[in-house]
Amino acid sequence: MSDLHTLSVKALAESLRSKQVSAVEVAMRFLARTGGNPHNAFLDIDSEVTLAQARACDAKLAAGTAGPLEGVPVAHKDVFVTRDFATTAGSKILQGYRSPFDATVVQRLAQAGMVTLGKLNCDEFAMGSANENSAYGAVTNPWDTARVPGGSSGGSAAAVAARLTPAATGTDTGGSIRQPASFCGITGIKPTYGRASRYGMIAFASSLDQAGPMARSAEDCALLLSAMCGPDLDRDSTSLDMPGEDFSAGLNNSIEGLRIGLPKEFFGEGLHADVRTALDAALREYEKLGAKLVPISLPRTELSIPVYYIIAPAEASSNLSRFDGVKFGHRAKDYVDLVDMYKKTRAEGFGNEVKRRIMTGAYVLSHGYYDAYYLQAQKIRRMIADDFQNAFKACDVIAGPVAPSVAWKLGENAGDPVADYLADIFTLPASLAGLPGMSLPAGFGAHHMPVGMQLIGNYFKEAQLLNVAHSLQQATDFHLQKPAGAQA
Amino acid sequence: MSKLVQGYEVVIGFETHTQLSTQSKIFSRASVAFGAEPNTQACAVDMALPGTLPVMNLGAVERAIEFGLAVNAHIAERSIFARKNYFYPDLPKGYQISQFEIPVVQGGEVSFFMEEGNETVRKTVRLERAHLEEDAGKSLHEDFIGQSGIDLNRAGTPLLEIVTQPDMRSSDEAVAYAKELHKIVTWVGICDGNMQEGSFRCDANVSVRKPGQPLGTRREIKNLNSFKFMQQAIDYEVRWQIEQIEDGHAIQQATVLFDPDTGETRAMRTKEDAADYRYFPDPDLPPLVIGRDWVERVRSEMAELPRVMAERFVHDYALPEYDATQLTQSKAVAAYFEATAKACGQPKLASNWIMGEVSRRLNASELGIEQTPVSAARLAALISRISDSTISNNAAKEVFDALWNTLGDLISDTDEGARSVVDSLIDAKGLQQMNDTSVLEKIIDEVLAANPKNVEEFKAGNAKALNGLVGPIMKASKGKANPAQVNALLMKKLG
Repeated sequence: MSDLHTLSVKALAESLRSKQVSAVEVAMRFLARTGGNPHNAFLDIDSEVTLAQARACDAKLAAGTAGPLEGVPVAHKDVFVTRDFATTAGSKILQGYRSPFDATVVQRLAQAGMVTLGKLNCDEFAMGSANENSAYGAVTNPWDTARVPGGSSGGSAAAVAARLTPAATGTDTGGSIRQPASFCGITGIKPTYGRASRYGMIAFASSLDQAGPMARSAEDCALLLSAMCGPDLDRDSTSLDMPGEDFSAGLNNSIEGLRIGLPKEFFGEGLHADVRTALDAALREYEKLGAKLVPISLPRTELSIPVYYIIAPAEASSNLSRFDGVKFGHRAKDYVDLVDMYKKTRAEGFGNEVKRRIMTGAYVLSHGYYDAYYLQAQKIRRMIADDFQNAFKACDVIAGPVAPSVAWKLGENAGDPVADYLADIFTLPASLAGLPGMSLPAGFGAHHMPVGMQLIGNYFKEAQLLNVAHSLQQATDFHLQKPAGAQA
Repeated sequence: MSKLVQGYEVVIGFETHTQLSTQSKIFSRASVAFGAEPNTQACAVDMALPGTLPVMNLGAVERAIEFGLAVNAHIAERSIFARKNYFYPDLPKGYQISQFEIPVVQGGEVSFFMEEGNETVRKTVRLERAHLEEDAGKSLHEDFIGQSGIDLNRAGTPLLEIVTQPDMRSSDEAVAYAKELHKIVTWVGICDGNMQEGSFRCDANVSVRKPGQPLGTRREIKNLNSFKFMQQAIDYEVRWQIEQIEDGHAIQQATVLFDPDTGETRAMRTKEDAADYRYFPDPDLPPLVIGRDWVERVRSEMAELPRVMAERFVHDYALPEYDATQLTQSKAVAAYFEATAKACGQPKLASNWIMGEVSRRLNASELGIEQTPVSAARLAALISRISDSTISNNAAKEVFDALWNTLGDLISDTDEGARSVVDSLIDAKGLQQMNDTSVLEKIIDEVLAANPKNVEEFKAGNAKALNGLVGPIMKASKGKANPAQVNALLMKKLG
């Protein structure tokens, strides 16, 4: 099969099950495609490990003990710790670090039969919206290599779009799955906070971090998400005590009569016209499918930026304290005493954006500032969550843009971190509320760059989101478009 | 009115770190056993490896509930874990998980008795709170020339930090409080109480003031791990603070360490170096929710508490409150008392013997009640022989000494076996009191006849003359006459 690398997760799983192709063949095809590391998407590849996993899959396929995704390749964002590959979180401070255990999400996908192709580039500790904050270099967008792939799961999005892997894992703290999915024209979903275990996911902001799949279609995301989710109570106290779910089951449900809420705050001045035009066209498709568009309001949308940029750095400043040169990772070579060792290790090991957030976080938690910043932010966070519950009285799902614009050029926002922060405005509210959200391709904007549509559902409504996304993907072919480099 | 030192009132508050007696750590499954090779009892979570997360050990929560119930405190239905952020090599995460604004145990009190002059006074120290937290690892400064070693075995060990109000007014009171607290946590079984191994570590906040003045500036003496050092350290600190004030120096808030070799305290750090710990609720741990049903289940499964048991002793055995408190110093003493009292039916005598002779002998040989050579059954048999007038109290002490040196065994420590051991000792030593009236009367008649002068003086109204008669009677009976009976017969014959 010459088109192996363009097959969906679902099609690959079926080909493997029906023995039209072997797991080793599939793995070798994708390993070949990663040669030369296109788009700088991968941070670690080890063909020996991958092929050994593929051989084990073939044995299971032969023995009839195969899992649902047996032999299908996946690659993991580098914030998931892995035994068989190095884990750096895109940071110099963890260069060469090898975890003695696999993250729960990694373990679960392996149990479902997936073969790991390697580790994917990302913004350092998942902090960024353009993947320009990786200590191992920027990732380029397969649709235009002069442009960013989005972040922080930029390596994941680029690898899926460029057909270097049929699917990838990502993490979303303030939009890090949805925004790169949108920029690279793929599909990604962040489940309800607590549905996927955070064990083994290097923490950025504990109360916001959530793992999710990134693939080319809602159908493929559903397959991965079903394998990823489920309680992990012995290892993660924020894991929900809810049984796993088959998110594929309701994909083909009718969306006749579905009320799609359009928050007026998401369609205001800041939204670029090209994105607006693409979204309008996609929303008309939904109307054709029988859905109703309902105007709603999320009045505190703007506040989500300051609230997020207080809470996330506060948690990060504490979560990143363990990277101190004492136990693992980078340690400065020359130092005169303990404090000097800490200072040099962290000064050398962390990049600028990480340092900026550690300092912001330490500041807002400081004695005398805590009430004014952190506590206040927590109160508004609660109100933002309440706004969603009000909105869901009038609609079933919420639709809107993922980002105000299509992917910008590399270096365009360099030196202006606030410009990046402001671009997160549409993804932050769902993150702060802990709601499931996804991005699906909705057309193309300026420079023929992909435009993503964001869907936000109520708690635990992942299946509904995937159903709504799948309905559009049955009616349109945006998700099937390939960037030029992915053809061959 | 509290006792003043050179005109100053001493004010002491305590913070005690008790290591909870769980099998595994507070947020991981690694073992907490003491004394293992460095870093062999630290798992990925304890080492703060990337991606690890804390999961609450319910056994630690259960022990906090038990403590709260034991000191009559409020068990918070919802308490919060917070991160205390600071960098130190033996603190792997760069923060300690503790409880800050809302602790699990709120309020409560600890009461104990103290001797003041000739009186026994009941003291009560109010508790402010007790909160759950994890211990740090240990920095090893020896054996690593120019460097330090880190042992993370202790990292993540569950602690309950028990904080009092500043209610103590002398080092004696402070030590009595610490001993009482130690008794409670070991009694309830939430802590092994081993002070050498650091299972029960006290920090004392000490300040002095002129009576009626607001609280003085306090200095905190860290890590007092013996009752003796506790007393020495506080006494030194009080003298030092008074001296400073008398010399015109203000006390600076500071953390100090006690050096047992010099008997002095010295400052480790002052308030100016105090870190900003940037406390905030730990987003990795949801609020700790303790339902009433959980509290009630723990309450129903708990052993009788010392203060409840003491009340029962007063009520059931008609003991004075002081006796009841003394006998409930440990479960073992209380059990020994109850077994003795039940077997002999003489609770007050049993109490006297245990607080007196038994405790004197145990202290002298540095033994605990568990190691007493005189079983409760034997002590009861001995007490029975006093109360049925077979032997005198003095003779009983002689029998007790003999029992102390006689090994017990299962058969002779049954009630019946014990009686036969005691009786044969009494027989062998010939210590039975002469309770046969006719024999005694004969002796009395002979003594009276031989001492007409004393008889005359007594009849003339000199009561002391009686002593001149009792002495020879006891002597003639070879000490076996029952003194009470002798007195009664004498009065009859002379009256």
